[in-house]
Amino acid sequence: MKRLIKSGALALFLSTSLAGVAPAQEPVKIGLVSTMSGPGGVMGRHHKDGAELALEQLGGKLGGVPAEIIVGDDQQKPDIGRQVVEGMLKRDKVKFVTGVVFSNVLLAIVDPIVSAGSILVSASGGPSEIAGAKCMRQFFSTSWQNDQAPEAMGEYMTSQGIKSVAILAPNMVAGKDMLTGFKRYYKGKVAAEIYTNFTQADYQSEMTQIRMAKPDAVFVFYPGGLGIQFVKQYAQSGLQKQIPLYSVYTQNETTIGAIGGAVAGNYEAGFWSAGLMNPVNAAFVEAFRKKYGYLPSEYAAASYDAIRLIDSGMRATGGNVDNNDALIAAMEKAEFDSVRGKFKFNTNHFPVQDYYLFRLEKNDKGEYYRKQEKLILAQHGDSYAKSCQMK
Amino acid sequence: MALLFFEQILNGVQFGVMLFLIAAGLTLVFGIMNLINIAHGVLYMIGAYICASVIQVTGSFWQGVVVAILGTLVVGIFVEVLVFRRLYHRTHLDQVLATFGVTMFFNELVRMIWGPTAIYAPMPEFLSGFVEIIPGSPFPVYRLAIIAAGLCAGAALYVVITYTRLGMLIRAGASNRAMIDALGVNIKLLYTVVFGIGAALAGFAGLMAGPLLTVESGMGNDMLILALVVITIGGVGSIRGALFASLLIGIIDAMGRSFLRPLLSTITPQTFADTAAPAIASMLIYLTMALVLIFRPQGLFPPVVR
Repeated sequence: MKRLIKSGALALFLSTSLAGVAPAQEPVKIGLVSTMSGPGGVMGRHHKDGAELALEQLGGKLGGVPAEIIVGDDQQKPDIGRQVVEGMLKRDKVKFVTGVVFSNVLLAIVDPIVSAGSILVSASGGPSEIAGAKCMRQFFSTSWQNDQAPEAMGEYMTSQGIKSVAILAPNMVAGKDMLTGFKRYYKGKVAAEIYTNFTQADYQSEMTQIRMAKPDAVFVFYPGGLGIQFVKQYAQSGLQKQIPLYSVYTQNETTIGAIGGAVAGNYEAGFWSAGLMNPVNAAFVEAFRKKYGYLPSEYAAASYDAIRLIDSGMRATGGNVDNNDALIAAMEKAEFDSVRGKFKFNTNHFPVQDYYLFRLEKNDKGEYYRKQEKLILAQHGDSYAKSCQMK
Repeated sequence: MALLFFEQILNGVQFGVMLFLIAAGLTLVFGIMNLINIAHGVLYMIGAYICASVIQVTGSFWQGVVVAILGTLVVGIFVEVLVFRRLYHRTHLDQVLATFGVTMFFNELVRMIWGPTAIYAPMPEFLSGFVEIIPGSPFPVYRLAIIAAGLCAGAALYVVITYTRLGMLIRAGASNRAMIDALGVNIKLLYTVVFGIGAALAGFAGLMAGPLLTVESGMGNDMLILALVVITIGGVGSIRGALFASLLIGIIDAMGRSFLRPLLSTITPQTFADTAAPAIASMLIYLTMALVLIFRPQGLFPPVVR
């Protein structure tokens, strides 16, 4: 009996492996490296779901060539992210790498990708370090440059005549970029600039400091779990009624569900929300919700666009990924319909896009969402592109 | 200025009390059973998840509290019988490895059941208001409730440890484990009971923290690190030490975060103060631990060992 099972298994194994040997078109591989575990894991999940939906809608092919997405977890750590990416480059020979929630992880992985001749399409992280003099041909972003959204918010708050603001962010790469961007466009007085510890959960002490500074408004950047905690505690401290709260990347589809009613009446600035009114986006949100059962966030939207960008580039080169010059030139044209509306690349391969003001309100189903209020900056580029010397 | 100072002390006390609830269980387990339980943060997380889920289903805060404490107790005892019992005679390294594995297991399990997105933990209506203890500065009632609940739990623990037979056995076990074993006390049962007490306290801390913080997979990790610092400073096996050390850490943390930046900016340029102060403030707790380890390695209130 044992011998029968063994030979049966051997026969099955041989037949399936022989079938694999039959010549087939080499699929193009895309490495999706994002934060899949821990508190940041929800954003990685949005990346994965957005990318897989895009590939499915394209029939599993990019530019007519069958494609495969390989998912890796950077655990929000730059060194782990680098290890994962290097494994994907050597073992899986990925031509494209996408995903990447956190800017510090992105800075760690960009060099091995460029050295291997592959292309990085960021669906989130957008540090200022590679937007200026150190810009790279083999880097594209379908998401944002970190300073852009806070710049829009700074512009809006100046135009509203808000005289003094207290600003807060976690003490990390993106946090510093966000507040720098805000201060670049906000012309009033910064009553307090507070950087908090990245693992800090309790903000009561900061609430007290805000109250002492007596600002007219508060502006924050607190992604993921940090945002859930800050916004809830801000409402609970009683400050929300006296001092309005403005934010970027804090109150979005990854966090609103967990924050609950504390978002009501707050403001957020961004380039996209699930409620953004254009036909491409409406179709995307509906397809996403149908397939996965939850609303996509800008992380999912940017990841979805990243796959479609790669597809547009490969369609133009006829599925050929070996000639980087032709591929990059094709991708720079960005000939695809983005879910955010009008989309084009700046000289540093970061997006030039519209920025809106959103207000957190209830829809007719009783759920909180980001309602599109007004356009703040049309076709806004980033402040570092002028230092970029790429051709 | 004095009002700001007092308010920050109050903030620090509240954070310290929450830490105490977690550290108390951890120090008991370490002191009595000589078990380093890295998985203690998991019990805190489970308490928060169960309470939030129950409230979402039934709408009642008290039901959430009862079910969460019982649920955490059940999970704690289950893991104790299944895993920890085999670890008591092993080296500390084996214990760390095993309990670390338990932590990863539960973090993933929670993600599988509830998903990776943080869940909504509603704050009970009767506790969501403000009280002006310090005139002009509203302080959330909920945080006062945490202080009160934590101190009550501490008092209850003190009464049990000092005035009951169980408490006597616990104190004896912390002093000399081999002796009480030789005296015929049912060690297995004692250990399970002690573990259960620790689990219930951690679960209670978790469910109280839920409405304030995020309820997500891995929420216990950072709290556990702080709890380990607390028991190192306070002395392993000592409840009094855990209380004192948690309050100390809570206050140092609150003070550091609010006063270090303005203090530093009087002697250094503002931009340096802006970036250096939060970094130094977050190090203060560990600096304190390092100082204690250098000058009084057994902790500030170690249990008397005969």
